[in-house]
This record gives sequence, structure tokens and C-alpha cells, in this order.
Amino acid sequence: MTTSAMPLGQAINAGLRRALEDDPKVLLMGEDIGKLGGVFRVTQGLQKDFGDHRVIDTPLAESGIIGTAIGLAMRGYRPVCEIQFDGFIYPAFDQIVSQVAKIHYRTRGDVKLPITIRVPFGGGIGAVEHHSESPEAYFAHTAGLRVVACSNAADANLMIRQAIRSDDPVMFFEPKRRYWDKTEVDVDTALDSFALHRARILRAGSDVTLVTYGPLVATALAAARVAEEEGTSIEVIDLRSISPIDFDTIEESVRRTGRLVVAHEAPVFFGPGAELAARITERCFYQLEAPVLRVGGFDIPYPPSKLEEHYLPDVDRILAAVDRTRAED
Amino acid sequence: MVRRVTGTETRVSDDALQLIRESGERIHDDTFTALVEDIGPAQLRQLYQDLVVVRRIDAEATALQRQGQVALWAPLLGQEAAQVGSAHALLGQDYVFPSYREHGVAYCRGADPATLLQQWRGSAPSSWVPSEIGMAAPAIVVGAQALHATGYALGMKLDGAEGATIVYFGDGATSQGDISEAFTFAASWHVPVVFFCQNNQWAISEPVRVQSPVPLAERGVGFGVPGIRVDGNDVLAVLAATRFALAQARSGGGPTLIEAVTYRMGPHTTSDDPNRYRDKAELDGWRIKDPIERVRLLLEREGLLDDEQAAAVARAADEVAAKLREGCKTTPDPLPESLFDHVYAEPHPLISEQRTALAAHLASFDAPLEGSSR
Repeated sequence: MTTSAMPLGQAINAGLRRALEDDPKVLLMGEDIGKLGGVFRVTQGLQKDFGDHRVIDTPLAESGIIGTAIGLAMRGYRPVCEIQFDGFIYPAFDQIVSQVAKIHYRTRGDVKLPITIRVPFGGGIGAVEHHSESPEAYFAHTAGLRVVACSNAADANLMIRQAIRSDDPVMFFEPKRRYWDKTEVDVDTALDSFALHRARILRAGSDVTLVTYGPLVATALAAARVAEEEGTSIEVIDLRSISPIDFDTIEESVRRTGRLVVAHEAPVFFGPGAELAARITERCFYQLEAPVLRVGGFDIPYPPSKLEEHYLPDVDRILAAVDRTRAED
Repeated sequence: MVRRVTGTETRVSDDALQLIRESGERIHDDTFTALVEDIGPAQLRQLYQDLVVVRRIDAEATALQRQGQVALWAPLLGQEAAQVGSAHALLGQDYVFPSYREHGVAYCRGADPATLLQQWRGSAPSSWVPSEIGMAAPAIVVGAQALHATGYALGMKLDGAEGATIVYFGDGATSQGDISEAFTFAASWHVPVVFFCQNNQWAISEPVRVQSPVPLAERGVGFGVPGIRVDGNDVLAVLAATRFALAQARSGGGPTLIEAVTYRMGPHTTSDDPNRYRDKAELDGWRIKDPIERVRLLLEREGLLDDEQAAAVARAADEVAAKLREGCKTTPDPLPESLFDHVYAEPHPLISEQRTALAAHLASFDAPLEGSSR
């Protein structure tokens, strides 16, 4: 086993490289992913090493990228599509929701679509409009898709390989403001070492369960450290998968803590937190000491960057919710 | 008028390619006649039979809709030659991406008439098994399938395969962004795909002029996709044009757009009423361009259809019609548990949970009520 400290973006690059090496049917396709290596450099060097027939710079049209990936998958390929930014995925919405998600069902299992759709998502990078969104709930609401979000380099490396191996289509959300955060990564980690759709307890705690995913996992861990100094023990769970959701791991935690806070950058209204609140309330009604609280983006368009610090949940807003569940506000 | 576009000989003209006149006379074309030289008496009779059978399938399905056996049908009446002619140009290794009206193509690809109505009856999400006949499930979202055909064609090119793809769509679909994107991707990648547009003049109630002020065959030119305009009611011309485009595709010549000029003699679907938006005179004008009658006249003119052969064609249509009716009426309703089949290829906890919950809910109606004397 060889581990090395690696930024999250580079860990995905290493995972893509491994997938390209292991399976000749794996193809990467997207805008600017070849010589440029993608606007976030996640595919850097891959076209040079694998050729422009396996790392394909596509015309600039998102519906076209996903629609042609469907045809390639029908032909036996495993396309990995890059959508350049979260807010640019909507031109491909019909192909994803009406075609990618439903063709296996429509053909009664005759046609499998092992397509991975990579989406850098979330804010915090000071970008202009359409470059900071969190659209995961749209896709979690669609049967036939699997939806995951990585939060650290080690998971990113493992999860991208698992997503590509899946015979189902996977929406793979990458926390763009964490692309440069480093953790120890073992690029030889066995694919079945930790299931793609399992939640992971990152920090044990006894007072409140705090569930989040993607870019807010680091924020949640920071909040837990602050809370500890104040005498509150927070259990932090990285959800990792938004569809399906590993309710068992969360239920087990909430049965111990009696309190649940869910945080995400996506708007709270009809966001993933709503599903978690409903389900955990069903499962843990008699163990809950307080209502499940949600912390998320406001129900407004993503704001100009000078305002995003007020839009994005931070340590203080998360801790305010934690305090409310403990009736300390 | 024959034009050169991106190095490919291209026919774009108001006078669509024709090899059989409405009267049944043959027309010689310097480029295209040679492409159907192998169509002798037996092959011509086979084309005629398929045209008749396909029209019969359509008539039976329409009747079954009126009888309440299927919920909806999208008739192809008038478009038989466009479908049969193009389908006969295809080989086994080719792959078809249809819209929802290509019943005639499906029949020619070998779809079982007994299962052809499953989708329309509501007993299955689609009717045939794609891998068995090399034909995707119909795309109902208009134009979406053109991108699938383009991607599949890229896969064929990467594989070094012999085949090509053909995608069917209508005049209305040419306004969809996915069609333009498919032209863009196909031209950029130079992949073996044939864009086969059946211009049946009407997108439900909108005449083709709402979609385009220029002939649809010209719509691809600016993308680098040369076009051919063909009389879609002339089965030989359609066969020749499709063979031409497929040969281009297979030999590395890239994509071609074929506009098959035809007419939707019936409604958009059985829920539609074309009397509200189009004139009877227009329909009568197209009636004399009937795609089957001109082949019958050609066969008669050349003495290729005696009474016995004509009877064999009628019998073939009767047999397919019987299979279609019987298959439709005897298709059992799917079981409730099948709701959850194939949503995902791999196990999924939410689906398992809901499958179990529905089964328990349904079983609760079977269990006798405790203490009940009923």
C-alpha cells in the first residue's frame, strides 16, 4: 500500500486514469478536457496518455454530450462525461432525466447505460452566475439515476472508480472549492473496500448528529471542533450518496444522539435535507429530542460573489442550528 | 439540381428524386438507378408485399384502438414507402433509432407482430427487445434519439465496425435543438450516421412551413451534413437514396441528411382530429401520390404480379394482421410487482423497500379480517 497526500482534483484524475487503464471501453468526453485538462485540470494529461479517441473534446453542447454518451453506452462503452459547471447542466436535463434515467426501464433491462456524469458543484469560489449551484436534488428526484458527492481526496479517488464501474448511470458531484484540499490517498484501494452508497461517520459524537456531504463536510468538521471546545459533542456523518441514501447509518446515530441537523449548500426548500428530515422522523420518532433542523442555501438564485458568504452555510449557522436542537438559543 | 457540399455529391432540389412515377412508369436517374439494379421481379414483389403488410398493420392497430384494445396509436398511413424503402437498405449490423411512428421499420427489422402493440396497449414501456432486432426503443421526446444515433455511430467508428446508424424523425423534430446538436456532433466527428427525416408535412396541427422556410434537406448543409431530397412515396427512390447515404457512411464519408417528402394521410395519433386544421383538397392531392398504388401499377405494367401472386400478398397481410390482433388481445396485464423491475440494473434499497411495501399492501386485501364473519 502506497499513500500520498493528494489534492481532491488530482485524486479524481488518478481514479480516471486507473479506470482508463483497467477498461478499454472507458471514454472521457466533455468540453476542454483534452489539451487544457478541463477548466479545473481534473483531466490533465489524460488525453496525452490515452489519445483523443478516449479523451474526447466535444462540441460545446451539453445535451449533445449526454445524448451521444447514451449512444456510446448502447454500443458497449462506459462514457464519463464532464459538465463544465453545475449551472450548465440544464441544457442536458432532458437527456439525463428522460433518456439516461429511463432507458434501462423502458427496454426492460435490455439496454444498460453505465454513464458517469461528473459535475463540479457548489459555491465559495467567487464566481459569476451559473458557476456555483447545487442542483443535486433535481437528479435525486429522478428514478433511474444514482447521485453521489465526494468530500475528500481519498473518497473522490475510490468513488469515481466505483461510479464508472456501476452498470447504472451515476451523477458524480465534485465539491469544486475543495479541489485543492489534500488528504492521504491510496490509489490502489480495493474497489469494494467501502460501498459507493454508504454514509461514513467521520467524527464520533454523542449530543447531536450532523449530516452533510460534498463541500460542507469540511465546514461540518470545523463546526464540530468548535462545539467540542464549548462542550458539545457532534457526530459528523458524510452522506456521500444522495440517491440512494444510507438511512441505516443515520438512524443508528440519531438513536444515540436524539438530535439531527442536516446541512447542504443547496436551497433548503425541497432539498435533500427535507427527505432526510421526513425519513429520520419516521424511523426515530420516539428517540428524537428535538425536530430535525436543516441548514442550507436560501431560496433565492445563487447570489453575486460578494454576497455568497451570507448565502453559504458556515460554522456559525451550523452551530446555531445545533444550539437550537439543544434549546440553547 | 445536384450540388457539391463538403466533397460529397448532394442533391438538394425542389424536385425530389423519383424513380417511379405515380402512374407506375420508371424514371431513369444517372446516379441513383444503378443503386437499385439488383431489385428484380422477386425483390420488387417483396417490397410491394411489405408495403401492403405495413399498411395493414396500421389499419389493424387503428381498429384495435377504436375497439379499446390499445390506448393510443400513431398511424403511419401514407408513409409506408419511406419506411419500407429505407429499412430495406439496412443490413443486420446497422442500428436503427426510431421515433414513435416507425412501425413499418420495426416490422422490416423483424419485430414480432404479436408484441408490436405492447407499448400502445400500456402493458409494457416499449414493444420490442432492442438487441434482438438492432433497433432502439422509440423516443417519444421529439428529436432526442438523433444524439443517441450519433453517439452509437461514434462507437462504431471507434470499433472499426462496418455498420452505420440511421435515425428517423419528422419535420417537426428539425426544430428541436437536439437535431441541430446531432448534426453538429456528427459532422465534427465525421461518423457513420444517416439522418432520415420523414417530412409528412404536419407536426400535429402545424404545417412544415412553421418549422422551416427552406427545404428540410438543406437544413444540414450549414452544419456540414449534405442532404438528399427524395420522393418519400417512391419506395425505389427511398431505397436508392438510403443506400447512397449508408454507402457514404460506411466508407468514411460521414453523415447525410435525407428528406423523404411524404404525407401523413391520417391523424397525428388516434387522439387527433386533422379535420380541424387541414383541407380535404390537400389530402385528395396526396391520395393520387399513394406509395402502394404506384408499385402495383409498375408490377402490372411489367407483368410481374399475376392473380396468384396478388393473392399471396393478401394472405401475408392477413397472417400478420391475425398475429397482431391475437398478440394484442392475449397480452396479459403486467403484475403489480413488475412496477419495480429494471428501474436500476443493480440492487437499490429504496426500490426493494417499495416493492416489499406494495406486496404487503396488496396481500393485506387477501387476508381475512380478524373476528370478521364475512
